[in-house]
Amino acid sequence: MAENVQASGQAHDDYHPGWPTYWKVALFLTVVTAIEVSAYYIPAWETSWIYVPSMLIMSGIKFVVVVAFYMHLKYEHKLFRALFTGPLIIASVTLIGLLFLFSKLAIKLGLLS
Amino acid sequence: MTATTNPQAAAHGDGHAHGGGGGHYTTLGLDNRKVAIWTFIGSECMLFASLISTYLIYKGKSPEGPYPAEAWTNPATGETFPAILNIPVTSASTFVLLMSSLAMVLALSAVQNRNLPKHTTWDRILGSSKLWLWTTCLLGIGFLGFQAYEFTSFIHEGLTMRTNLFGSSFFTLTGFHGAHVTAGVIWLFTLLAIDYKRGLRPEDATTVDICALYWHFVDVVWIAIFTLVYLIK
Repeated sequence: MAENVQASGQAHDDYHPGWPTYWKVALFLTVVTAIEVSAYYIPAWETSWIYVPSMLIMSGIKFVVVVAFYMHLKYEHKLFRALFTGPLIIASVTLIGLLFLFSKLAIKLGLLS
Repeated sequence: MTATTNPQAAAHGDGHAHGGGGGHYTTLGLDNRKVAIWTFIGSECMLFASLISTYLIYKGKSPEGPYPAEAWTNPATGETFPAILNIPVTSASTFVLLMSSLAMVLALSAVQNRNLPKHTTWDRILGSSKLWLWTTCLLGIGFLGFQAYEFTSFIHEGLTMRTNLFGSSFFTLTGFHGAHVTAGVIWLFTLLAIDYKRGLRPEDATTVDICALYWHFVDVVWIAIFTLVYLIK
């Protein structure tokens, strides 16, 4: 049993992408951040309806890329993925729920005075 | 004692084993320290989600300024306060923190590949854990410097924790994040101390990896804060 235990543990612990991948990820993060900041200063973009969704999508992509490649979650054991994504989902749902509860829509619906 | 073929661990009959770097392996074959750090990071997700949602709920509900992205004139005194957030400075600090994550992951890679032969100058640079740990530390301190500058300028511009709901929730959120960065920098200095004392070896990779996971988590939290607090008005 111990042999199997260690074999599975080693398989998950050892594989990490090399430094070329890390540099590419850093470049990608820099470019996306530059696009985000540029969007803030482009009035046509900043005032359009697409501004907030595009910011959230770019931020989400950066978040996922760091977690997947720098935190190696893409290559980790599924228990680690569950330990991270489980609370992250709870946190996201809580955040969205709270924003809804305190939004103008909730006031309109009579949920909040 | 049960026989094992793993060079990094000596297994016990009760289904767990000690790793070469000081860790214990569970029946799933996972290092206990990594299970602990991922559990901790999961709990931190909920902490920061609560702080971010508090900020988002409160930021538009202050009857008096200063406000994050629009100027405000005090009707009593006629004093005008500009929009408080400084996007160029925060963009620079965001870049610094992103690059610190790159340095951290290169430090981990250097520790994991310590025993590989280094033929070129580039190999030696990439293989220097001290260089990358120092780089991470200095970039982390740089980020804290940006934050200290930002907080000081906000206070000079009339925004404190007690000014309004925006100030309270903003300083709480970014202050908590700054405290996490400070803890990370202290942690990095302990790794540097080990590296100078006896050298970080491939067996210590998990010890460095745990610190790296914490550091990257602090980075991803800032990615969310930068967009939600600074860029979305």
